Amino acid sequence: MASRTFETAAGPRSEDALPASATSAVKIVIVGGFGVGKTTLVRSVSEIRPLTTEETMTQASTGVDDLAGVERKSMTTVAMDFGRISLNDELVLYLFGTPGQQRFWFLWNGLFDGALGAVVLVDTRRLEASFDVLGRLEESQTPFVVAVNAFDEAPSYTDGELREALDLTDEVPLMVCDARNRESSKGVLLALMQYLHSLAMTSEAT
Amino acid sequence: MTQVGEEWDEGGPERLYVLTGGRSGFDETGLDLVTLIVSRTPPQIGMQPEHESILRVCASPLSVVEISAHLKLPVSIVSVLLADLLAEERVEARAPAPALPDIDIIKAVIHGLQNL
Repeated sequence: MASRTFETAAGPRSEDALPASATSAVKIVIVGGFGVGKTTLVRSVSEIRPLTTEETMTQASTGVDDLAGVERKSMTTVAMDFGRISLNDELVLYLFGTPGQQRFWFLWNGLFDGALGAVVLVDTRRLEASFDVLGRLEESQTPFVVAVNAFDEAPSYTDGELREALDLTDEVPLMVCDARNRESSKGVLLALMQYLHSLAMTSEAT
Repeated sequence: MTQVGEEWDEGGPERLYVLTGGRSGFDETGLDLVTLIVSRTPPQIGMQPEHESILRVCASPLSVVEISAHLKLPVSIVSVLLADLLAEERVEARAPAPALPDIDIIKAVIHGLQNL
């Protein structure tokens, strides 16, 4: 970081370049608590090595001695990993792995605006980490599916137990996945898209 | 002054403030994280290095958030730099697909994922 110069700032590898015909992009957001496997899932399906973008948040610190008018500030850096899938010559899908704590979301203004939908990735050892995010998604009317990332040592619950614990309605698709596995991760994204498809068909019919 | 051995704090807000000439903000540019940016002109001598870098990495279409990752600058800063380049018509912005529900987009995504 310290010796970076812009003349040598690495761009995308030539094999990662999008075709000139790429005209529009869509996004899916993967949300979940720390260490739940968001980046693992993105890596499993992304055509590029996941990239990271950071935003810096500055907060005035409280309870610190006032040093002759010098305002002391603390900085928090919040990172977001993302990957990419070229769906065809024109359409590109971006996958964003986003920290579950909603207090960080304002940093990525518009992240959920225009997103196709969200995947809530859940670790059964820390179900409570998902409450915040589920509430927020319902509030913003972002369609979502819930995927339990099956860690070997994590307890397994029945579908009904999970729905009750997470306060999910029957309509919300709920599945178990292995974020390390490409086919499994692809299945989660397809489940979200098929859910969106059914929602769109329903709204067209009414 | 930066002393020998003292690390230059590249992430500091002051440096970012200098890069954008004191401007900030993401909303006013109308750019989305996944707006695709394509260069219309090659980099020119005498440009601000960050502008030059953007023109170089955007020889092929690249999203705002990818530019941010490759340049190691926050999206908010990249947006301001892009606003300059857009005003000078040095880059073209391709807006994201329209908001849902758009059944054709959904079908295209399903089809694309199935072919992975």
